[in-house]
Amino acid sequence: MSDGKLLEIDVGVGGLTTSARPRALGDDLHSETMIVSMGPTHPATHGTIRIVTELSGEKIVDADVDVGYLHRGFEKMCETVDYNQVMPYTDRLNYVSPVINNFGWCLTVEKLLGIEAPKRAQYIRVLLSEISRVSDHLTCLGASAMELGAFTVMLYMMEAREFLWDLIEEVTGARLTVSYGRVGGVKDDLTPDFAEKMAEAFKKVRAHLVNSDRLMTRNRIFIDRMCDIAVLTAEEAISYSLTGPMLRGSGVNYDVRKAFPYSSYEEFEFEVPLGSKGDNYDRFLVRFAEMEQSLRICEQAITRLPQGPIIVEDPHIALAPKDEVYNSIDGMINHFELVMYGVKPPKGEAYQAVEGGNGELGYYVVSDGTGKPYRAHVRAPSFIHMGSMRKMLLGANISDLIPTFGMVNMIGGECDR
Amino acid sequence: MVTSARPIEELRQVLAAACGQRLSQADLDLSTERGDLVARIKAADIFEFLKLCKESSDLCFNLLVDVTAVDWMDAREHRFEVVYQLLSLTNLWRLTVKVSVGEGNPEIASATPLWNGANFLEREVWDMFGIRFVGHPDLRRILMYEEFVGHPLRKDYPLQAKQPRIPLRMPEVENTARQMHRPDLVTIRSRRSGSGDTKQEAR
Repeated sequence: MSDGKLLEIDVGVGGLTTSARPRALGDDLHSETMIVSMGPTHPATHGTIRIVTELSGEKIVDADVDVGYLHRGFEKMCETVDYNQVMPYTDRLNYVSPVINNFGWCLTVEKLLGIEAPKRAQYIRVLLSEISRVSDHLTCLGASAMELGAFTVMLYMMEAREFLWDLIEEVTGARLTVSYGRVGGVKDDLTPDFAEKMAEAFKKVRAHLVNSDRLMTRNRIFIDRMCDIAVLTAEEAISYSLTGPMLRGSGVNYDVRKAFPYSSYEEFEFEVPLGSKGDNYDRFLVRFAEMEQSLRICEQAITRLPQGPIIVEDPHIALAPKDEVYNSIDGMINHFELVMYGVKPPKGEAYQAVEGGNGELGYYVVSDGTGKPYRAHVRAPSFIHMGSMRKMLLGANISDLIPTFGMVNMIGGECDR
Repeated sequence: MVTSARPIEELRQVLAAACGQRLSQADLDLSTERGDLVARIKAADIFEFLKLCKESSDLCFNLLVDVTAVDWMDAREHRFEVVYQLLSLTNLWRLTVKVSVGEGNPEIASATPLWNGANFLEREVWDMFGIRFVGHPDLRRILMYEEFVGHPLRKDYPLQAKQPRIPLRMPEVENTARQMHRPDLVTIRSRRSGSGDTKQEAR
């Protein structure tokens, strides 16, 4: 190596590309660092992302996080369609919990309009959001467990997620790209036997959670790979703008549902689990505990579900009933205007945050009084959390990258928008 | 720590009192927008103001939630508006801070010395709007690639604009070197290709 030549190893498509290089001519082998580029199609990074690491032995001495591979111009596209047509785009942000993205957008536009969804719609929003949150956490923990070798846990968790997605499908008619939110309410009411189906599904989900808990939480290998890895103190976590389980894992008590309640969250009883150390294991424990809290919220929502309309009764915001459209000229005109020109919020702007699966999911929307948003911006928790990856990786081993990345739970669609 | 958000009127008073010593009344414009407090600041004062918001023990806006921008084109005197969302975890207050930036050479002080989280957020604004953050340690594009021409979220960027094709980035090392700010790596590579290594052509 002393003649300055490079060693390059290519391992298949999307595998590791390794280049070793001497720091200076004449240095011996022991002073070399190695550049390993992981991704953007690495099997263990379940998401299109590239992390370029500089290694000294197995220690990461520098890292560069390269995001943007899944950028589709969400914000630019939003400027070209009307407010309800943005809904399918929001599905494709965090595609593991699309319902939460829908409702975040609805709440922002409702804030612009100065309206509130009816009580029943708010409860349905809470119910489906919490089911989605559980499925989000199941995906995160299941995938992370699999990457650390616990394949059984992944199967348990994926099956549990399946039960929950069946519930989502029951109400919304779709599993992933649900487009269920509507400005002013929701698309459909719950099905008549939803409560029984939910009780049955939750029973099975809880059983799987118990099994997964037994396999993971006190598993020696799992603890060794997770404990004291990628520690962020509370101050560091705040400084990196972290939210959600990442921030709570560091012991900071901030949950949008508690701090700034929306959709009647103040009427539900639940706890906010907190970590103590801020390592990967704490993030895992926080997510695990949150799932039970979310199930609790769902059960409260279904028992206390109020009667009433599921969308505001304003023909300028929500489509009027069909018999009104077909049998009256006013109804027809309102329907036509709403379909052709969309909802028209007054001039102004609003920032509204909801607690997404990964943290504070915020929308900032500027209205110029027309049917299309002048500017729409998403505060994507995944994107902001990726900003702290370098800090967490410095000084860690290359093998720690995988559980750390798993616990950040980057969702490509949300991160890159 | 409080458990529910404190009223916005209190925030307005505390903020006006805290700024009173440093900023004149004309430089701080407080208004309420859809129930949220919005502070409009001159571009020259932004760093001082953010620092005050973060470090004042009465305000304690310790979490930078978001940084974004709006392109107003000709509708306003200054074309761009940079929008910060701040959050105080101790008081549970939210504050929107807005700064107008002109079109010529849009520049604004970076908030990275105050919050590490500003790093990615400001890179995104640079990438999408071409607003330069002075003092940012690593102002590269983030969602787009380095060779991308223009800034896509500007209103004058056409929706279906075509971009020039970029040459295939063959040498992994050069690519990596640029990403890691290590020009020495590039020199190693050029020395290698100068020494008659035909490995690349063979591929």
